[in-house]
Amino acid sequence: MSVPALEVRGLSTHFSSRAGVVRAVDDVSFTVQRGEVMGLVGESGSGKSVTGFSLLGLVDEPGRVVAGQILLEGRDIAKLSDGEMRRLRGRHIAMVFQDPMMTLNPVLRVDTQMIEAVQAHEPVSRAVARARARDALGLVGISSPEERLSAYPHQFSGGMRQRVAIAIALLHRPALIVADEPTTALDVTIQAQILSEMQDLCTRFGTALVWITHDLSVIAGLADHIAVMYAGRIVEKGTVDQVLDNPLHPYTQGLIGSVPSRTPRGERLRGIPGMTPNVLNLPVGCAFRTRCGRADAQCEEDPPEFAAEPGHAHRCFHPVAELVA
Amino acid sequence: MSAPIIELRSVSKRYEVPQDAAARLVRRIRGRAAPNKVVRAVDSVDLVIPKGGVLGLVGESGCGKSTLGRMVAGIIQPSAGQVLYNGKDRNALSPAEAKTARLRVQMIFQDPYASLNPRLRVSEIVGEAPRVHGLATGKLDEYLDEQLRRAGLDPAYKRRYPHQFSGGQRQRIGIARALAVQPDLLVCDEAVAALDVSIQAQILNLFMDLRRDLGLTYLFISHDLGVVEHLSDRVAIMYLGRVVEQADTEEVFARPNHPYTTALLAEVPRLDARNRRFTAIKGEIPSPLSPPAGCHFHPRCPHAFARCSAEVPVLKEVAPGHLSACHLNDTSQASLARAMAQA
Ligand SMILES: Nc1ncnc2c1ncn2[C@@H]1O[C@H](COP(=O)(O)OP(=O)(O)OP(=O)(O)O)[C@@H](O)[C@H]1O
Ligand SMILES: Nc1ncnc2c1ncn2[C@@H]1O[C@H](COP(=O)(O)OP(=O)(O)O)[C@@H](O)[C@H]1O
Ligand code: SF4
Ligand code: SF4
Ligand SMILES: [Mg+2]
Ligand SMILES: [Mg+2]
Repeated sequence: MSVPALEVRGLSTHFSSRAGVVRAVDDVSFTVQRGEVMGLVGESGSGKSVTGFSLLGLVDEPGRVVAGQILLEGRDIAKLSDGEMRRLRGRHIAMVFQDPMMTLNPVLRVDTQMIEAVQAHEPVSRAVARARARDALGLVGISSPEERLSAYPHQFSGGMRQRVAIAIALLHRPALIVADEPTTALDVTIQAQILSEMQDLCTRFGTALVWITHDLSVIAGLADHIAVMYAGRIVEKGTVDQVLDNPLHPYTQGLIGSVPSRTPRGERLRGIPGMTPNVLNLPVGCAFRTRCGRADAQCEEDPPEFAAEPGHAHRCFHPVAELVA
Repeated sequence: MSAPIIELRSVSKRYEVPQDAAARLVRRIRGRAAPNKVVRAVDSVDLVIPKGGVLGLVGESGCGKSTLGRMVAGIIQPSAGQVLYNGKDRNALSPAEAKTARLRVQMIFQDPYASLNPRLRVSEIVGEAPRVHGLATGKLDEYLDEQLRRAGLDPAYKRRYPHQFSGGQRQRIGIARALAVQPDLLVCDEAVAALDVSIQAQILNLFMDLRRDLGLTYLFISHDLGVVEHLSDRVAIMYLGRVVEQADTEEVFARPNHPYTTALLAEVPRLDARNRRFTAIKGEIPSPLSPPAGCHFHPRCPHAFARCSAEVPVLKEVAPGHLSACHLNDTSQASLARAMAQA
């Protein structure tokens, strides 16, 4: 196979404070091929966003990437300087945030912002840059893009603003887009529009997509691969079918059992007992130990990554079903 | 069906929205008072919540779900129409009856943190109303512990403040507070929307347990169709202030009639729908300030025809207990076309 669009190896990002060190991302590894969608799922605080920020070199003090490699099309970008990262961002790797106003400037017209984004990486004329901007808006399904260009962000609905942010991310046809819960705040019909457009664009341009979400169902329809995060670690990863049809980690199984549509109407949901752990005070060994029905003394050790079958890995001493590989 | 605990009869809520700067300027130049814009947050809604039942209310942002829920809870007054509580017009109740009605219908909100006073201890938050209204049978302290336990909270934590709890626990505090006044009906407005799925599952289980143990009735408002399907006996779908379809849960999910419902159901992400092509319904949700004429859904509807932009479709029975507001149901030709499109 050709060089993957993204290969992350042993990424760790920590935040240090007086209260202690938060291992927001802890020894995370995954690979995304060109044109593929990788869904990164987990509950709030599990480290999804910090993983995304780490990929783009956007982790701020007191946070720091303390270990690992981030290979973007084969090149390690984990240790690039801020200047080098800035040249890369927007051109080879881009991010779409839950709140599009993280990307958009409220006081500038959309065309001004988009032209600036084009010219930041390519020495083209204003007219050429504007034409590129207009085409990008068209691509993400904004009708009459020419007129929309001269509008301000506040004149758009939430869904349209998110489209503009996606159009900006697409301007330079980056190898990788990291999308952090971009449709979470949107209504179902608008979410479906955006999912449909993202899906199209990745296939057409071979863009690799890391789609961060807390919603397993969105990932089921959109992604090729899934990585499930819990307390800073990827506890299970594999193809969508492997992970959803044959979950091995008790946490993954609990997540699936929490989704109402999986359980007959009116029946109790299996759910997961207990609470999301406090990151400053994680149990030693497996962080899921205090909520896990299969925990035993061995789980006080750190579970390493086990390969269950080709492409399907987990971090659990007592996986739910032993696969015959 | 058992007797309704709440019945809405052509209930509307209108809000006047102050003009924006441009409109004010025009007004000053022309010297003429332009009328303020009016939002019909809820527009002539008829709805029945039977005792012991769970009515799910779904719809996209701004369609009027919360406004409707707050009228049911008696927190706001309708601009027109009647709200009947146990068969009596709320506005015709005696002061004592009105007070009981107010207590018997409790609301659970999306953001438990915002709805809990941060300076009060859990014991005060949950114990306040039963103390004031003398609801505790026996010792207040024991009564309080019972409410907490029922909501799944350890009474040992009752001296703590809201910020010392997780999101899911705070939602349980809100539920304990509601239970403490012995309600008949809980209006849950996006009560699990802010919670992680594993915690959401715990709270949904709690709602189901309470229904079974206490015979509670629910108006369950949510934009999440999966959650609504799981909990509700009956579902009403709103679009821009109007109820466009209403039927028993199984019926709605198996045989949606209204094109908006059909679209909404098609677009719900589901765990078993892999590698799907998202084929989205076109268009934005229109502004409630200037909703499209006729059927509000017509600019986005794949089946719209001339009549749809001219005439408001009324909610009519299309099968026993199944109501829908769509002109297609009057047009044999059009329903044929739709049947073919669906085949
Ligand atoms: N106090 C108010 N003054 C003016 N307009 C209001 C007021 N409350 C609600 N509205 C408007 O009424 C309409 C319905 O609002 P409502 O809050 O009931 O929607 P909703 O369905 O609960 O939406 P969401 O899913 O976003 O919570 C909206 O257009 C809203 O802007
Ligand atoms: N600036 C920061 N300072 C300290 N801790 C942080 C900071 N940002 C994130 N964290 C911590 O890192 C962990 C992962 O956070 P995040 O990646 O935002 O979670 P998710 O996106 O999965 O909800 C959390 O415990 C969070 O509290
Ligand atoms: S390692 Fe042990 S505690 Fe962790 S998930 Fe597996 S069985 Fe449970
Ligand atoms: S009345 Fe017309 S526009 Fe409205 S849903 Fe029916 S067919 Fe579509
Ligand atoms: Mg996040
Ligand atoms: Mg609301």
